[in-house]
Amino acid sequence: MINTSEILETINMIRQEHLDVRTITMGISLLDCVRQSGRETADACYDKIMRLAGRLVETGCAIEKDFGIPIINKRISVTPISMLAHKAEDFLLLARTLDRAAKDTGVNFIGGYSALVQKGFTKGEAAFLSTIPEALATTQLVCSSVNVASTRAGIHMDAVAEMGRIIKDTAARTADSGGFGCAKLVVFANAVEDNPFMAGAFHGVGEPECVINVGVSGPGVVKCALEKVKGADLGTVAETIKKTAFKITRMGQLVAAEASHRLGVPFGIVDLSLAPTPAVGDSVAHILEEMGLEKCGAPGTTAALALLNDAVKKGGVMASSYVGGLSGAFIPVSEDAGMIDAVQCGALSLEKLEAMTCVCSVGIDMVVVPGDTTAETISGILADEVALGVVNTKTTALRIIPAPGKSVGDVVDFGGLLGTGPVMPVNRFDCSAFVRRGGRIPAPMHSLKN
Amino acid sequence: MKAVITVLGCDRIGIIADITALLAENHINILDISQTIMQDIFTMIMLTDISESHKTVAEIESEMKKIGEKIGVTITVQHADIFHSMHRI
Repeated sequence: MINTSEILETINMIRQEHLDVRTITMGISLLDCVRQSGRETADACYDKIMRLAGRLVETGCAIEKDFGIPIINKRISVTPISMLAHKAEDFLLLARTLDRAAKDTGVNFIGGYSALVQKGFTKGEAAFLSTIPEALATTQLVCSSVNVASTRAGIHMDAVAEMGRIIKDTAARTADSGGFGCAKLVVFANAVEDNPFMAGAFHGVGEPECVINVGVSGPGVVKCALEKVKGADLGTVAETIKKTAFKITRMGQLVAAEASHRLGVPFGIVDLSLAPTPAVGDSVAHILEEMGLEKCGAPGTTAALALLNDAVKKGGVMASSYVGGLSGAFIPVSEDAGMIDAVQCGALSLEKLEAMTCVCSVGIDMVVVPGDTTAETISGILADEVALGVVNTKTTALRIIPAPGKSVGDVVDFGGLLGTGPVMPVNRFDCSAFVRRGGRIPAPMHSLKN
Repeated sequence: MKAVITVLGCDRIGIIADITALLAENHINILDISQTIMQDIFTMIMLTDISESHKTVAEIESEMKKIGEKIGVTITVQHADIFHSMHRI
């Protein structure tokens, strides 16, 4: 039998240290739902989602009860919607259909209002992009993502420029909620096809018909484990994180296998990410501070984060049969109590966050900037962020909220897991002439691997 | 199916009696039991077999919670696999 201290350790992790499974995400292919008209396509999509995911929430809750482990989110990701139609009105109909399906299945988000345009736009994709602001403003649970760059294709700067305008437009259309629409929109480089986390989840075309992906969490558990090795050298710190990540991931693997079995859907991957929440004791920033930084953002932050990210992967990879998704520590500002503090006291800047994204998953995330930040400046920030991903052969992303009418010093409250974002200052020098050049930045030399 | 039942709280007379009576009523067999006082906290862990019970883990836990509130202890009922997967390779 498992001994008493091991049982109590698990119970303590769940009760005191916020251990949970962050999400069970069902990926559903909608490629076979395309029909002659937009209305028929939408109906087919709705029926398929309801047929496959109708029991998702109920099953998630049952697993939660049986194992005594909280499963915070049950979600759905679908085939990038830009592949299912050609006309703007059809895309908007599909957005409303996804929203209705999400509400009727009881999930808290549905991802896949997405397009992959790293090398160029098809006519359908150009029409699709133009609908994103309205789709996000008129639905509640639909998440959107756009891939604008990859190590293989380079950076599609026309798409980068367009996304700056789309982010501004989305913020303007959701101004009464602080630009909340932008919290449901992620722009990627090297987007992955099996990511279970929102807002960037979509069901890639290389994926099977239907699949279960699970995202684990547990920053609080890692922090508490590090409290027990105060003052030890960094080798010991890495070792402690690895052991903890192993346990966290085993639990995720168990939940994934169980969900897959009960739903009769194949298991895809476990995503080894440390995902913070705004709750006290569930912060990635506080792990870095536990390592010896006065505040997250202080010199040494990038190195501490690199250690954390690497150790989480090394511990987790043996604990799961298939690892995938984004797999790394997330650093969303508004969703992490320690990050919020660090911004408010001036320790953490946008530029430092950008550096941090070189060594972790996934990018500049849930950052609120002044409402008067121009579309070109947002495109410039985006271009920098995706360049890091393209050159370093990793996923990077931008989820930025230019909160209408807000300026530095203000705070925007998004509620729930999305948290509270202090408005961060942005470099005031202009990049519009660079962004307006358009075209494609060629793929880097090391993309030529064959 | 095996479930681990954990009981934590203030020590008093009759905790084990109250809990095992409820288990017997629900056709739950105790396979292993350990009880100790850790830092003044009554700590009891039982490995049980619930395959003969007509109730689900969730229903058993909800009944256990009620009795736990009455006698002032916290009771958790969990599928044993979670401990095996976290602590054994």
